[in-house]
Amino acid sequence: MTDTASKDADTDLPQARKRGLVASLELDMRLLGMIGAFIVIAVVFNILTGGRFLTPRNVFNLTIQTVSVAIMATGMVFVIVTRHIDLSVGSLLATTSAVMAMLQTEWLLQIFGFSLGHPALPWLAILGGLVAGTVIGAFNGYLIGYLTIPAFIVTLGGLLIWRNVAWYTTNGQTIGPLNETYQMFGGISGTLGTTWSWTFAVVASVAALYALWSARRTKQGHGFPVKPLWAEGAVGAIAVGAIMGFIWLLNSYEVPQRVLERDFEARGEVLPEGYTAAYGLPISVLLLILVALVMTIVARRTRLGRYIFATGGNPDAAELSGINTRLLTVKIFAIMGFLCALSAVVASARLSFHSNDIGTLDELRVIAAAVIGGTALSGGIGTIYGAILGALIMQSLQSGMAMVGVDAPFQNIVVGAVLILAVLIDIIYRKRTGDT
Amino acid sequence: MAETPLVELNDISIAFGGVQAVDHVSVDLYPGEVVGLLGHNGAGKSTLIKCLSGAYRMDSGEIRINGEPAEINNPRDARAYNIETIYQALALADNLDAASNLFLGRELTTMTGLVDDGAMESETRKVMGRLNPYFQKFSSPVSALSGGQRQSVAIARAVYFNARILIMDEPTAALGPQETRMVADLIQELKKQNLGIFLIDHDVHQVKELCDRAAVMKNGKLVGVVKVDDVTTDDLLGMIIAGKTPEGVAA
Repeated sequence: MTDTASKDADTDLPQARKRGLVASLELDMRLLGMIGAFIVIAVVFNILTGGRFLTPRNVFNLTIQTVSVAIMATGMVFVIVTRHIDLSVGSLLATTSAVMAMLQTEWLLQIFGFSLGHPALPWLAILGGLVAGTVIGAFNGYLIGYLTIPAFIVTLGGLLIWRNVAWYTTNGQTIGPLNETYQMFGGISGTLGTTWSWTFAVVASVAALYALWSARRTKQGHGFPVKPLWAEGAVGAIAVGAIMGFIWLLNSYEVPQRVLERDFEARGEVLPEGYTAAYGLPISVLLLILVALVMTIVARRTRLGRYIFATGGNPDAAELSGINTRLLTVKIFAIMGFLCALSAVVASARLSFHSNDIGTLDELRVIAAAVIGGTALSGGIGTIYGAILGALIMQSLQSGMAMVGVDAPFQNIVVGAVLILAVLIDIIYRKRTGDT
Repeated sequence: MAETPLVELNDISIAFGGVQAVDHVSVDLYPGEVVGLLGHNGAGKSTLIKCLSGAYRMDSGEIRINGEPAEINNPRDARAYNIETIYQALALADNLDAASNLFLGRELTTMTGLVDDGAMESETRKVMGRLNPYFQKFSSPVSALSGGQRQSVAIARAVYFNARILIMDEPTAALGPQETRMVADLIQELKKQNLGIFLIDHDVHQVKELCDRAAVMKNGKLVGVVKVDDVTTDDLLGMIIAGKTPEGVAA
């Protein structure tokens, strides 16, 4: 019987040799399509703005503007894959942001008698926000999974409820300035600097190469066909090149002289002649990368992820296979709530204060990012990287149009049209390839 | 017979909103035996068997496995009794590949607790090599598979997990002649391994060929249980259509 298995593997090999360039690289066509779309958008805006779009400064801004929506979009993938929807993410972001702002400016001070600069303050506030987000998300999941109220209704109600819970929590006031350590998660106020950014690039490159190598070894270990070594090398080179290029670009964004002067002055020193420093990788982007990594592992390599996709593909089959789909719904919405709170950290830290309208309309941006990223509303299909790319494409369009000077109403009209067009292209692509 | 039946369904009843879908039906199944369940659409055969597979909960009656009373409230309970079901509607997640479907709900994991796709694909290749040696599409989602290939994945799932009691709901309904032959051979093979099989089917000829006994249902009631060798296909049709058991053949 083992003989048959190894024979199967052998018969696959000649086919592998006959395949074309793209096929032997085994690249994901949908991923390539999205990257292509992103490159087209970037190049077109770069031309229209006379080279201002692809400057290190703008790329830096683009990435930190994308983070908040992108983090939530990774959770929305799970929600949509299981044929649900979450319209309450923007409001949930506001509630958790309000909780964290109140914790670090009032509640923790009253309860523990901390002073405003206490080092534990930001971390306890973040912890409180994450717990609040997870609990609210799990409650949504309970209403949907166990009480079988449609997700659309639960989260439409939630959209109103949590927006106004946030309002009530803060009395509608803007809360700020937030803790300085907390603000490091916002983007420009917290970056790794040149050395650590390059360190990250090297670590990430080694990790990517190791992942490729270990995947190949696992396949060989089971006697499965593997792609030719040159193809493996090419994929590795592309990955390392992309990581290095991205970090190089971020490291090229130099801190303006006057900001440096101010920093040195604050420390009671004088700025040395010819001293320069670069921002490098923002901590918020690092956070997004970690979220993407963890969510991808959850999606592809854990039982939870397997059950999420199985339930999305055929809920009856999942149920008959003994999967507790109700509890699964609770878990999915709890993850969504947790990620909303994480986004709230980034969003409020970027503003440096909590405002009453934080996260307004984010639910639509998040859903659009997931859908542009190839998540099918019919369930069962979606990728984490797709959702992040979707968020990046939307943010690029929005900020590119703003730079070109397109009127605000037209910006939104274009983004809406792109959403519909992206889904149309996806439908046509799936029909052509016979991919459901 | 001195042997204990593998499954005894005693006096099972279930109603849906006033409609008595299954009305005091009793059927049993011995190891190494195939019992066909025949009847029109809506005769209650699928409903009856779903009480055994845990998809429905019966209103009254008793299920015994190996002579012991069994409590089956959901599909997980059924699996604990080594009852595996191959559904008419092919209960596979279309978006996942063969290995993921085969192991759905019972994934193999690595030491770190992550799912071990390599090991699962390797096992799937072994079991599929036995059942359907021509099967090659291990990395495609099962939506890309033919009806027969999908059926063989479903059967492989039952075989791999050492089913003792197999429920097949029209396993050949979507298949061509060659693939039907393959499933028939497979059923003979499973019989030799002493499994008990409930086979739900419309096709009287199929039941004559594959089954040892046939239980015929009409309007939720059991018409009778007969040994297929004692009756003609016309007798079976008479039982299905008219609800009459031929004289002197009741098993």
